[in-house]
Amino acid sequence: MIHCVLHDPNDSVAVVVVEDVKAGQTLTGLILDEDRTITLPCAQDIPLGHKVALKDMKVGDTVIKYGADVGKVVAPIKAGQHAHVHNIKTKRW
Amino acid sequence: MQTKFRGYRRENGRVGVRNHVVILPVDDLSNAASEAVAHNVKGTLAIPHPYGRLQFGADLELHFRTLIGAGSNPNVAAVVVIGIEEGWTKKVVDGIAATGKPVTGFGIELHGDHDTIMRASKMAREYLQWSSEKQREDCDLNELWVSCKCGESDTTSGCGSNPTVGNAFDKLYAAGCTLVFGETTELTGGEQIVAARCRDEKVRSDFMRVFDRYQSVINRHKTSDLSDSQPTKGNIAGGLTTIEEKALGNIQKIGKQCVVDGVIDKAEVPSGPGLWFMDSSSAAAEMVTLCAASGFVVHFFPTGQGNVIGNPILPVVKICANPRTVRTMAEHVDVDTSGLLQREITMDQAGDKLLDMMFRTANGRLTAAEALGHREFVLTRLYESA
Repeated sequence: MIHCVLHDPNDSVAVVVVEDVKAGQTLTGLILDEDRTITLPCAQDIPLGHKVALKDMKVGDTVIKYGADVGKVVAPIKAGQHAHVHNIKTKRW
Repeated sequence: MQTKFRGYRRENGRVGVRNHVVILPVDDLSNAASEAVAHNVKGTLAIPHPYGRLQFGADLELHFRTLIGAGSNPNVAAVVVIGIEEGWTKKVVDGIAATGKPVTGFGIELHGDHDTIMRASKMAREYLQWSSEKQREDCDLNELWVSCKCGESDTTSGCGSNPTVGNAFDKLYAAGCTLVFGETTELTGGEQIVAARCRDEKVRSDFMRVFDRYQSVINRHKTSDLSDSQPTKGNIAGGLTTIEEKALGNIQKIGKQCVVDGVIDKAEVPSGPGLWFMDSSSAAAEMVTLCAASGFVVHFFPTGQGNVIGNPILPVVKICANPRTVRTMAEHVDVDTSGLLQREITMDQAGDKLLDMMFRTANGRLTAAEALGHREFVLTRLYESA
């Protein structure tokens, strides 16, 4: 089963694509642009559609998805944690 | 890929995939009479809306362009126009009449609702019976105009349903179709990617001009970082975090090969085949209504969390890759591409699945939104009335 997908191998977050991903699971991630899989740890329960961090990130870091800048880190994130509005904000507006 | 579909050829040569007789109010005051006519003559379609009084300048021009465009859409066989007075009613009638299709206007003043409804109903009945004898004929794929706009997006939109549209758009572009995308503010964070896809420097500068103009509107009126509006609450519930992330997902709809051939204003009709960018709202019903007014006859609508939108004259094909939405809102989904996220189908197969549904829709299959009676017709306003 594919648990999460990422677009570009350099992305720092992946999208959970199944329901009921739980802390402690080892996730299988599909890299869409390369059609190959990776495995990664999951440190928190993460809902379908929400993002899991692929690496540790500190405040001020740029979050990469689609191989592009999708915002800045505003609270520290560890690999395997839930990455969303509580720790990432837009750089625009 | 198939190269033919069965459509209705109109007087001006354009091809439609539906055969509506529309009862079109010019203004809010004429909704009641229009709906009464549609009630009297079963099979006709009233399109009520809340505007059309005391608008002026560019906002009024957009109002007329949208109404005339909707009536002129090749999915419409004939139109009865009803307005509170004769002047603006005639303006809408004359605009639609330029297509050569049957259209008649009725002003309510000096007659009242009863007499207007009676006379308009008689005309609507004639149009309906006339249109019912129109036959579909073989039409070439490049005669099909296809629009796209996504809604209630989530992260599965960017991974699954939007790139499905992109794959289909790449194939339709190569086939010579007329295509459009828009949602000016929802490209924020991905605008340079769109700019790089523009055909030439002229198109690129046109695109950046409308993009920058819309940014200045946001910056002038915003009271926060728009984090409750863009992304929407529904987007955030679905896992989208920032406008940049939403925009990069949105842009997947224009595929990998399409070139942006030109920029059009809201409800403006493209002057030739290719992919057009329409400077437009990102609100679903506003944008889809503008696509109908620009003459598009089939719409691709990818969704993640499950937007239920339809349009009275433009069939809206819903594409979804979120397995939970496909399960919980199945009656709203025309094309399920959730298999993409489990590696069960390829992007090429997903695109073909959408194109198959496009041909079936063009040939007459009712979309989920049509079957469920979704007829959202929403006019874009630019500023206050006079």
